[in-house]
Amino acid sequence: MAENTFLQGTWFLLFGVLLVGYAILDGFDLGVGMQHLYTARTDRERRTLLNAIGPVWDGNEVWLITAGGALFAAFPRVYATVFSGFYLALMLVLAALILRAVSLEFRSKEPGRGWRTTWDAAFSIGSILPAILFGVAIGNVMRGVPLTADAEYAGDFLGLLSPFAIAVGLLSASMFLMQGGAWLQLKTEGVIRDRARRVAVVGWVATLVMWVVVTAWSRVEAPGLWDAYGSILAWVAPAAFVVLAVAFPLLLRVHREGWAFLASSGIVAALVGTLGIALYPVLLPARGSGESLTANNTASSDLTLTVMLIIAVIGMPLVLTYTTWVYRTFRGKVVLDEEHGY
Amino acid sequence: MDAEQLARIQFALTVGFHFFFPSITIGLAGLIAVLETLRHRTKREVYDRAAVFWTRIFALTFAIGVATGIVMEFQFGTNWASYSAFVGDIFGSPLAAEGILAFFLESVFLGLLLFGRNRISSRVRTFAAWMVFVGTLLSAVWILIANSWMQTPAGYEVIDGQARLTDFFAAALNPSTIPRYLHTVSSALTASSFVMLGVSAWYVLKGKHLDVAKVCLPIALVAAFVGSGLMFVTGDMSSVQVANTQPAKFAGINALYETRSGVPLTIPLIPPTQDLANQEPGPRIEIGGLLSFLTYRDPNASITGLAEFPVEDWPPITITWGAYHLMVLLGTAMLLVMVFGAWFLWRGSVWRRKTWLKLAVLATPLPLIAIMLGWTTAEVGRQPWIVYDLMRTSDGVSVVVPAEQVALSLGLLVAMYVLLGGLWLYLVRKELGHGPAPAPGAATAAEPAAPAGLPPGETPGETPPQAAQPAPSAG
Repeated sequence: MAENTFLQGTWFLLFGVLLVGYAILDGFDLGVGMQHLYTARTDRERRTLLNAIGPVWDGNEVWLITAGGALFAAFPRVYATVFSGFYLALMLVLAALILRAVSLEFRSKEPGRGWRTTWDAAFSIGSILPAILFGVAIGNVMRGVPLTADAEYAGDFLGLLSPFAIAVGLLSASMFLMQGGAWLQLKTEGVIRDRARRVAVVGWVATLVMWVVVTAWSRVEAPGLWDAYGSILAWVAPAAFVVLAVAFPLLLRVHREGWAFLASSGIVAALVGTLGIALYPVLLPARGSGESLTANNTASSDLTLTVMLIIAVIGMPLVLTYTTWVYRTFRGKVVLDEEHGY
Repeated sequence: MDAEQLARIQFALTVGFHFFFPSITIGLAGLIAVLETLRHRTKREVYDRAAVFWTRIFALTFAIGVATGIVMEFQFGTNWASYSAFVGDIFGSPLAAEGILAFFLESVFLGLLLFGRNRISSRVRTFAAWMVFVGTLLSAVWILIANSWMQTPAGYEVIDGQARLTDFFAAALNPSTIPRYLHTVSSALTASSFVMLGVSAWYVLKGKHLDVAKVCLPIALVAAFVGSGLMFVTGDMSSVQVANTQPAKFAGINALYETRSGVPLTIPLIPPTQDLANQEPGPRIEIGGLLSFLTYRDPNASITGLAEFPVEDWPPITITWGAYHLMVLLGTAMLLVMVFGAWFLWRGSVWRRKTWLKLAVLATPLPLIAIMLGWTTAEVGRQPWIVYDLMRTSDGVSVVVPAEQVALSLGLLVAMYVLLGGLWLYLVRKELGHGPAPAPGAATAAEPAAPAGLPPGETPGETPPQAAQPAPSAG
């Protein structure tokens, strides 16, 4: 396996950063949507939930769009193989994301009970499906997929639904559920916050259980991923996961909601980081046949990677600055406003 | 049908449906920014209600644009994986840049504009509106760079079956980027101003929401007039570019078989067919030397015909020719309506011109139809190439995706898009019927009859149209 150049390694890292950004930010949107029907029962409660993510979900979804663009630009062969290989699963994710977007936008436009209940259900489905399917996709990346000599996916749709991949899907869904519950601690009060708290705890327990299951199972299903953990440095990410996973419920208990949300976000980052360290420099391992797709053998030219790096170095600090500023503007509990908002 | 045909249909459906929405939002963001600036400067609350009203329409439209846009970005990988692997080194970075430099800006500041009105100052709110507009303009830059590279690839070399970037600026500013960007942005400005104009004219005719209609109509009319004019200027730039850099496409657009000099502008009354070589020239209108003149500013200039190209490199002639000429016809109609409108506005009589106001209402969708026709010309005219003269569309399709899976996703998308399109129309219609919020202090929905609402140029002596009829209830 050829060594990565500096640029290739940097883009592997930056792609990971974009995924972490997406998982943390749209993660809480998805988590809120997943528990929408349980946590919010009355129309007022449901509007509160929608408005808790209303100002920011759109910007959060841009992290996914940017990650998709970055993968296309930096590692086009991986983008082509994964997106065409995981065809039906991705189409389902896209359909679900469209459903979520329009549910948020359409629900408040009609007062009718039937109308609103329909969009509540659609919002729920549109959040649950991607939360699971993203994990299923990651599960397949962990196991590796059969590849042809031309680096095309050589399996079929059912091959993507292995029990291990589904377990990773449950892990990602649990993690987003926890993240959504943690976000709602910051944005809601009273009965909604109490329910969201229970959801956060359930999500936390499920995340721990599925993490143990997936980690143990990966020794059998994806033994190659363990090679990186010969180095002590690699253990930073799983160690961070354990520390934060212990801290999260304690912070919730003492009502340090801001810190609890940061801990939950840290858990998300640590999980993605654990995987990134295990995979590096591979982006899509080959299972059985074919050659694995790595940062090195799929990367774009140094010129393209350099141009993109310049764009990212100029653009991302700006994005982070105004995103932080807008989040600060919206800090505090949701106040329903009859004129504006959902 | 095979996977390739289904993938082509799916692409045409998803890109056509998607682009309908940005066509409205790109320009509408600019018009909203103007309204917000007027609100901030004049402190007149009518601008506040106008801006809030149009921002609601914007938000509905933007949400569908974003949701269907993700399908576009993913679709290159899902359905056109061979294309993606071939051009990723060049084509991917504009898409990533669009996310980093444009989409974040649009989405984050739109959230602020929609949800943060009570939390930010008037100045910041105006700033947010401008940032949304800047975001839409920047996103158009990057997507036009990507698409223009498919039309006139530059700044690359092919190594090991992959197009590799050799010169970023040559690739980004390839021969068609600038004319096509200007044409696209002016078309979007035109489309949104026709929408705002049509709605305002409708309100004036109905005597509803007159205070808001009266501030929006002049702004939209000026923008529609300027936009319709710019369409011809930028369209001419595009046309010259196509003639110079995509001769087969240009010949297809004009259904020109033989290379000749002094080419007349020809409007055949029977559409040309693909069998151009053997088609008898039917009844037609000809203006001698005009096509040569329009293209090269010389009535005797020679224009390359399709006979110079192998038949397998020809674009589909009937569609390319038809879409282009229908677009020009619509553009001419739009410009004519707006020339009259601008004249009436100048004279201050536009408010009394019922026939013209009705025409403005009817003309609302024309730019959107013209935009679809223009993109049909651009994309069908590029065929059989996915990257002009470099890669055939048939070689770009994903090899691992079976036809039945494409059919399944196509069915799913068609069902969703029919539902989405229907709901969007229904909800926008409802928002428009409901109209902007009534003026504070105004009894329920009654319109203020005070002359303060009159636009400049209208003397109080004249009877505004609404005074002739009883103020209807907007309930």
